[in-house]
Amino acid sequence: MNLSRIFSIVKKELLQLKRDKTTFAMVVMIPLVQLLLFGFAINTQIRDIPVAVVDQSNSALGRVLTQTVEASQTVKVVAKYPSVILAEKAMAQAKVRAVLVIPRDVAERLSRHQALGNATPNSSNYQLVRPIGQWLVDGSDTMITGAIKGLANMPLGELMKQPVNRQVTTFAVTPYYNPAQRSVVNIVPGLVGVILTMTMVMFTSAAIVRERERGNLEMLINTPISSFELMLAKIIPYIFIGALQVTIILSLGYLVFDVKVVGSLLQLALMTLLFISASLVLGLIISTIAKSQLQAMQLTVFVLLPSILLSGFMFPYEGMPEVAQYIAEGLPATHYIRAMRAIVLRDVEVTEMTYDALWLMGFTLLGLVIASLRFKKRLD
Amino acid sequence: MSDAVINANGLTKQFGEVIAVNQLDLTINKGEVYGFLGPNGCGKTTAIRMLTGLLMPTSGEVSVLGLSLPKQANLLRYKIGYMTQKFSLYDDLTVAENLAFLADAYSLKGQYKRSRIDELLAIYDLAARANQLAGSMSGGQKQRLALAGATIHKPELLFLDEPTSAVDPENRRDFWEKLFDLSELGTSILVSTHYMDEAERCHKLAILEKGIKRADDSPEQLMVNLNCQVVEVEVNNSRSTKRSLVSHQHIHSATQLGARLRVLVDNSVNDAEAWLLQFDNVVAAKAVRPNLEDVFVSVTGERNREQTV
Repeated sequence: MNLSRIFSIVKKELLQLKRDKTTFAMVVMIPLVQLLLFGFAINTQIRDIPVAVVDQSNSALGRVLTQTVEASQTVKVVAKYPSVILAEKAMAQAKVRAVLVIPRDVAERLSRHQALGNATPNSSNYQLVRPIGQWLVDGSDTMITGAIKGLANMPLGELMKQPVNRQVTTFAVTPYYNPAQRSVVNIVPGLVGVILTMTMVMFTSAAIVRERERGNLEMLINTPISSFELMLAKIIPYIFIGALQVTIILSLGYLVFDVKVVGSLLQLALMTLLFISASLVLGLIISTIAKSQLQAMQLTVFVLLPSILLSGFMFPYEGMPEVAQYIAEGLPATHYIRAMRAIVLRDVEVTEMTYDALWLMGFTLLGLVIASLRFKKRLD
Repeated sequence: MSDAVINANGLTKQFGEVIAVNQLDLTINKGEVYGFLGPNGCGKTTAIRMLTGLLMPTSGEVSVLGLSLPKQANLLRYKIGYMTQKFSLYDDLTVAENLAFLADAYSLKGQYKRSRIDELLAIYDLAARANQLAGSMSGGQKQRLALAGATIHKPELLFLDEPTSAVDPENRRDFWEKLFDLSELGTSILVSTHYMDEAERCHKLAILEKGIKRADDSPEQLMVNLNCQVVEVEVNNSRSTKRSLVSHQHIHSATQLGARLRVLVDNSVNDAEAWLLQFDNVVAAKAVRPNLEDVFVSVTGERNREQTV
């Protein structure tokens, strides 16, 4: 291995990158745009679901009840229908996602409802356990169903200007690391993993193929530069770019979304470095397989999708079936997102994440060897 | 021979069904400018790639500068230079950056590296364009840059794959001057071409067709050894006369040159001039000195003849 040769390729890559304005812009714009986009858009707290109301009571109470439900901000009443059949039709046409049916005897039901008054409710009394209204929900989207279900035990005290029965819960729940329950707190550290997977794999997957497509490879492999030197030199420039992107995402996450890094910045940098290297090497392997830049891009997407969907970024890792967990375990993003959330949100020491750290390290070294072996200094 | 820089025996390369190079035997001596002459697709590039160690031969033995290929290909890198058919330096680097990259790749150091780059910029008339992007230069300038890059480490042996295919005649002439300058300094050169005038300038020459070496000698000797006589005839109705001439079994080919035909007549025919005058429409016939194109047509034409007859 010859350091000056490695340095010469790194210098060449940086010069080419400097002149490739589009790629250079992508380095900055991808993390910026995606963070803002996902930070604002991905929200597990659903608001303003379009719903319809069928008020069979046609009373002042019915109208007040509708307003109270709307005041929860979970739903937005966009239509009123005289009959359930018309409302069901609207739901089938996806004009509304749910329908609130207020029965004729809503006043009677409410006056006996356990949400009011101070007496212990007698659950055996049918008259007392009758709900005051009904939600018909387009149940295809489970997230929306969940949000409407959250309205099932809506407090109604304000409605009658009476004191409210205290909620009787079986368990007290205390959220530790994200007490405000803001989903962006969980998204920002995960997004670092997803954006890095995307940009790092994308950049290096084109690295070797581009040399081939532009006809430079024949010259390059005729020089004394060895496969390993070439592979190493191809990833070094992008380590800095990855570091730059992480800085952009975490700074913006702090400034715009108020997500603070609780843990040590040094440990965060260490894990990030390991993950960047692993992703770059993954891209490099793709680059030795792909025959054209288009193929390289397709293979990148092949890696990117599971990295978004299985890594724990979108859905909890623990909730996935075992097979999916095994697949997720083979993706660098899973290990990194797990570690990032631990460091950023819970101030966990790296020593407690040696498994993830060692896995990423092993992946990088093994991948570098595979890429070097796959890349033959020959044209056939 | 002890001072052979390239020795190949039965070199063959097969891509699937296609045999790109077929049983090529080759000996190239030190200091020679050796030419590969042949049409596109005749296996010139494949042969060069095998001789530089970039392609694995299907069968056959190659030794270049005493190193056995493809096993010792890595040791060969410092000793050979290779100018590819397509411009293969970086379009998005400047002339100076391209040369600096190659200098580093060949581990040239410090003061020597700088002086070598300056020297190359001067030799190849690129000093004024040192800071220009290679991609924005003309064909001739790119070609000079490619030659500078291929010779930056002063290789003993230089491979040039159709170096002048994208260049005007004047630049081609200048380029060959540079090649002879390198040759004089002791560099052995293997150059492929499809231009007759370039082939004629080589010390030795191999004529390739469909992966097979048809002839192999100095251009002068090839012309002397020509197995037919060259006669220029003046004819009426040149197209149809040409057709009737080439259908005769003793006539290898007839090439139209304006109103005349250049006819290759088999050596078995005595007094070819008189013999040709017997044909209809032939007005005059005059034997002329053979040139390399006649050699090329006769050695490559033979096979076509065998196939059609």
